[in-house]
Amino acid sequence: MSRAGSITGGRRAWLSSRSGVIKAGRLLASLAATLLGLLLITFLIGRVMPIDPVLAVVGERATNEVYMATRAAMGLDEPLIVQFFNYLREVLTGDFGNSLLTSRPVIDDIARVFPATLELATVATLIGVILGIPAGVLAAVHQGRWPDHLVRLIGLFGYSMPIFWLGLMGLLIFYGKLDWVAGPGRLDVFFEDIVPQVTGVILIDSLLAGDTEVFANALSHIILPASVLGYYSLAYISRMTRSFMLEQLAQEYVTTARVKGLSEARVIWRHALGNVMVPLITVVALSYASLLEGSVLTEIVFAWPGIGFYITNALLSADMNAVLGGTVVIGLVFIGLNLLSDVLYRFVDPRAR
Amino acid sequence: MDGDLAESGRRSEQEASQMTKFTSAFAAGMLAVVAMTSTAALAATPKDTLVIATTIDDIVSLDPAEAFEFSGGDLLQNTYDRLVEFDPKNLGAGYQPGLATSWTVSADGRTFTLTMREGVKFQSGNPFTAEDAAFSLRRAVLLEKTPSFILTQFGFTKDNVNETIKATDDRTLVIVTDKKYAQSFVLNCLSATIGSIVDWKVAMEHEKDGDMGYEWLKTNTAGTGAYALRSWKPNESYVLEANADYWRAKPAMKRVFIRHVSESASQRLQLEKGDIDIARNLSPEDIAAVSGNGDLKVAEDLRGRIMYMSLNMKKAPLDNPKVVEAFKWAIDYKGMTDTILRGQYTVHQAFLPLTYLGELKEQPYSLDIAKAKALLAEAGLADGVSVTINHRNEPQVMAVAQAIQGTLTQAGIKVELAAMTGKQSLGEYRAREHDIYLGAWGPDYPDPHTNADTFAHNPNNADEAKLTGKLAWRNAWDIPEMTKATAAAVEEADTEKRAEMYRSIQREHQRTSPFVILFQKIEQTGLRKGVEGLVTGSAISSVYYWTVTK
Repeated sequence: MSRAGSITGGRRAWLSSRSGVIKAGRLLASLAATLLGLLLITFLIGRVMPIDPVLAVVGERATNEVYMATRAAMGLDEPLIVQFFNYLREVLTGDFGNSLLTSRPVIDDIARVFPATLELATVATLIGVILGIPAGVLAAVHQGRWPDHLVRLIGLFGYSMPIFWLGLMGLLIFYGKLDWVAGPGRLDVFFEDIVPQVTGVILIDSLLAGDTEVFANALSHIILPASVLGYYSLAYISRMTRSFMLEQLAQEYVTTARVKGLSEARVIWRHALGNVMVPLITVVALSYASLLEGSVLTEIVFAWPGIGFYITNALLSADMNAVLGGTVVIGLVFIGLNLLSDVLYRFVDPRAR
Repeated sequence: MDGDLAESGRRSEQEASQMTKFTSAFAAGMLAVVAMTSTAALAATPKDTLVIATTIDDIVSLDPAEAFEFSGGDLLQNTYDRLVEFDPKNLGAGYQPGLATSWTVSADGRTFTLTMREGVKFQSGNPFTAEDAAFSLRRAVLLEKTPSFILTQFGFTKDNVNETIKATDDRTLVIVTDKKYAQSFVLNCLSATIGSIVDWKVAMEHEKDGDMGYEWLKTNTAGTGAYALRSWKPNESYVLEANADYWRAKPAMKRVFIRHVSESASQRLQLEKGDIDIARNLSPEDIAAVSGNGDLKVAEDLRGRIMYMSLNMKKAPLDNPKVVEAFKWAIDYKGMTDTILRGQYTVHQAFLPLTYLGELKEQPYSLDIAKAKALLAEAGLADGVSVTINHRNEPQVMAVAQAIQGTLTQAGIKVELAAMTGKQSLGEYRAREHDIYLGAWGPDYPDPHTNADTFAHNPNNADEAKLTGKLAWRNAWDIPEMTKATAAAVEEADTEKRAEMYRSIQREHQRTSPFVILFQKIEQTGLRKGVEGLVTGSAISSVYYWTVTK
């Protein structure tokens, strides 16, 4: 009996591991297809844009010989499809080429700009989540009364104010007038290059190096742009939380819980909120992903050297290696966050296991 | 998505207190963050440190053989020296001894013998010799990057450069040009960024596949300049550290931090707070605010960029001199610099930017609608003319185009504005298909020939000649006499005489050319009150930091 059981158990394990492999294989295949499609589309868009990448390098007044030589050196005299496959071959060996604008390997550039965006987006999302979810719950619980109106008003303001304006006003008030936070940039110039770069995220690197002064300065720099971006994600998260919660609070199990005599706090924060976690994870992941693309306007106002500014600048100068490299990174971020949400679903929702 | 809320009926005390607890905890947390961070802000930059906010995203390369943008010029000005250089304290004096202390020119005007300065060291510690100078100039020719034409126009080629640019001993450099050129022309060109002298030992240490250190020098510097590049983060920032052994003077600013801040309002806030000493890209509104602030000041400098309008001589009736002149009287030059271009451009009506050798300050034209109408009537066009003005879709150019359209309409010229991308407008312009082009031109090197060659030189007006680099050709302006005069000016050995030749060419150009020269660029810089001695380089040079004190 026990032997038979173990045999069946083993077979089941084998079966499930086989289906696991199949699943993983499918996942990888769809991942590869997604990335390939993304690259192809970005590549083609880059080539049909009315900007000449050669001119971006040699300038308008270059002689024809210099122009043609540069064009050939950049491989632009090959047919489009050949150019794409050449590029793909190099990417597969881990070589994203050099950026035209910075003259450095794209991979190095991204290693520099992406952590800046990651740091900003993460702090912003934390702000959005920590404030947005309770605000949404508060609004749902007090539906139609002033806390609800207040939260909705704050959300509406966050949605409708141009982020550029919000950033400038924030700088003017909290940096210019009140002196509460530091100005544009990731650090005061005097703090730059003090802590060794490990992750590229200054808040983490400074802690790793045990340098609290640099940490405090970095925090002072990040708090305002992160709040501005966080406000935007707060607006989104609180609105979605509110509507998910309203739906849950109308369910019969909530009434049952109350009838059972559970405290209102437990009903709301444990039972109702527990059930909106799954859709909320999607909302938070989406909002996080959109911040990880880089917010060009925020980056410009706060002189934040992130990936949004990097890609936009590259796009405007037809620096296609940089654009494609950035696209791959952002594509991977989206895919990674999707996977992460899948894992989290399983964690919070037993049915998904 | 919003569902209806089932009437919850009661809300316990507990819930209310939970909310209050949350709110107060949040408020306490925010206060803690604010308290923690507010102490971190610094009041002012140290005495021996200069912090500058500007835009550096145009820099493509730090190699002097390739760099051809404004920000790159600024960086290389301070990290390298050239054989002849302008004196930042007196830019108008023209080229002065730099790494070369003196020079002689042979009787035939083709051989330049330059004596190198002694006791100068590169930032690496290597002594500077004539070999470095020869290597740097040859390298610029051999690498064939865009600005190489500044040197190759003297006949240096890949094949002859080892013979034509030569160090005969440690202290002597001999340069042989293909024909006679004005001494001032050759030396002015050597003062351009491409004439920067590179430490050849360091460059060759980093050589890869015979590139003479090109890959390495794209992101590093190896010069004798007042500053060495300590860190370089593209599109973000760079840091310069003073060269304590600098041969001219000991720079007062030990370190210079240059930060990329593209937003004018951000630059202004940082300047007001004292976090930066200099803001270089302030909008007119922010400049106004800065000049009204007792702790700050505004410096103004002329730059080389010229805005102009040109009429295609292939298109009737634009080829009628009367019509051309009518256009020149139908533009409100001063009105534009007082309003839409305030603080950004000044009226200028000659093709050489002010501060160039041979500059011409005369402004013969101003808005006179009656005169313009009379000229059109004389040309038999009393009923009016219709034209299209091509221009780029940049806000400033578009504003100028609209202002011009306004006054031209008053004179009876019906104008259609065609805003285009840079590629489109340039394409039509180079193909000579435009009616009228409105745009800007910036000089390539600090010698009058750079603009004279394009505005006043057209050796072959035929379509097949395809002299697309020359504005005179693009506008099909056939000028055998002026072409001769421009060619003669390039050879004139006497510098004062040469300057006079350019003034006379420009007067004739003002009178007869299909170019309506409109404005010259002004740069306004915001500074903290204590910052002295900053020279932004005018039209002929770039910014200098070693002269700064505070």
